[in-house]
Amino acid sequence: MEAGTSRVKRGMAEMQKGGVIMDVMNAEQAKIAEAAGATAVMALERVPSDIRAAGGVARMADPTIVEEVMKVVSIPVMAKARIGHYVEAKVLESLGVDYIDESEVLTPADEVFHIDKQEFTIPFVCGAKDLGEALRRIGEGASMLRTKGEPGTGNIVEAVRHMRLINGQIRRVKNLSKDELYAEAKNLGVSYEILLDIHEKGKLPVVNFAAGGVATPADAALMMHLGADGVFVGSGIFKSDNPEKFARAIVEATTHYDDYRLIAEVSKDLGAPMKGIDIKQLHPSERMQDRGW
Amino acid sequence: MAENTLKIGVLALQGAVAEHIRSLEQAGAEGVIVKRAQQLDEIDGLVIPGGESTTIGKLMRQYGFIDRIQAFSEAGKPIFGTCAGLIVLAKRIEGQEEPHLGLMDMTVTRNAFGRQRESFETDLPIKGIDEPVRAVFIRAPLIREIGADVEVLSVYNEEMVTAREGHLLVSSFHPELTDDYRLHEYFADMVRQSKTGEPKG
Repeated sequence: MEAGTSRVKRGMAEMQKGGVIMDVMNAEQAKIAEAAGATAVMALERVPSDIRAAGGVARMADPTIVEEVMKVVSIPVMAKARIGHYVEAKVLESLGVDYIDESEVLTPADEVFHIDKQEFTIPFVCGAKDLGEALRRIGEGASMLRTKGEPGTGNIVEAVRHMRLINGQIRRVKNLSKDELYAEAKNLGVSYEILLDIHEKGKLPVVNFAAGGVATPADAALMMHLGADGVFVGSGIFKSDNPEKFARAIVEATTHYDDYRLIAEVSKDLGAPMKGIDIKQLHPSERMQDRGW
Repeated sequence: MAENTLKIGVLALQGAVAEHIRSLEQAGAEGVIVKRAQQLDEIDGLVIPGGESTTIGKLMRQYGFIDRIQAFSEAGKPIFGTCAGLIVLAKRIEGQEEPHLGLMDMTVTRNAFGRQRESFETDLPIKGIDEPVRAVFIRAPLIREIGADVEVLSVYNEEMVTAREGHLLVSSFHPELTDDYRLHEYFADMVRQSKTGEPKG
């Protein structure tokens, strides 16, 4: 019997495919998310848009919130640790969360090194905005990826950019000749072996979700259309007027992302989605996607 | 050729669909992604994949799959449930008032091993398959009680993890996560028999 193998850790993410993972800040929201059909919840102290508004240093959530959420739902519970914050990740592991998000939404604890995720029994999900980042995270032991997008903005444009870039780069790597792969590995800042695997299989070895700016059912469906395996929704749900209805609508639009009549139906009378921010209005220092390397 | 091809659907509301399709095709069947209840008319057998059983169950209700899959089963067409699929097929789910499909005579416990850190893989002997199968258990359920017509095909630590009741097959682990296609071949044989009445093609 072997626990924490890469098959067990990556497999857990495979079971999330086609699903929606929702940010929740308390037990009550977690129950709403589960009832709406979320495949997992992310237990947080504040959603990204509040973190953005509050400023200051954003850290791992109070363990009380994480435990409260774990108590009330039967679906997997994820929680965020700061980039490079080994101890926050170990604390979350000790609480028994099912997945750790080493997340740029929180203020990085280390500007050079990410957590060595190989040694953990609990799997990790990490953000990426291009193939180099994605493969570096996998090299460190991430079992699941997500686009970084631009969290807490309610603006899908960055998630679209990252998903398109990663998929475009995979197609390019697939078409390189073997001798060109060495230089490409150097360009991307990744090992030759991991790039060779992409070249041969033409796809990432782990599940890749969309995250960072999903604000409507149509946004979720767009990301699925672009090849996402599933969707994280952060501020979108519990910042909307009718979270319950909104959550259900996102779940349906993700399952049936190519059924436009259905997306039209579920998009009716949802009330106002979160207001959203134009990315160009963000000061460079406010861009969460530039955290991590 | 086309006449003899086994068409086996994979319920594609949420979960590890692509892996089952690949495994079914390796087992010699044609895999069909099933997103609409009407598609059940076109297939000879159905796989209900791993995923989150609450999500899959909810979407099955919403899109009219419950009655249609029950009728599919009534017609004797084989169904294979893995992990969440096992939960969805059970007549009784511990701690939950209503079952989903309520087809197989067993009581199951969800997340029976605990949380993700208790997930594991192991070599598992299965009745009807020669050598042990590499079995990946992820937040896996267990079968606690079975009716008289249910045959246990494998146990792990004295707990029931694979079982069959006539045309229904369930496993609490994920055969679709490995390159070992023997359990899918076993199921494909069940489908072939139900379609042609003959044991092996």
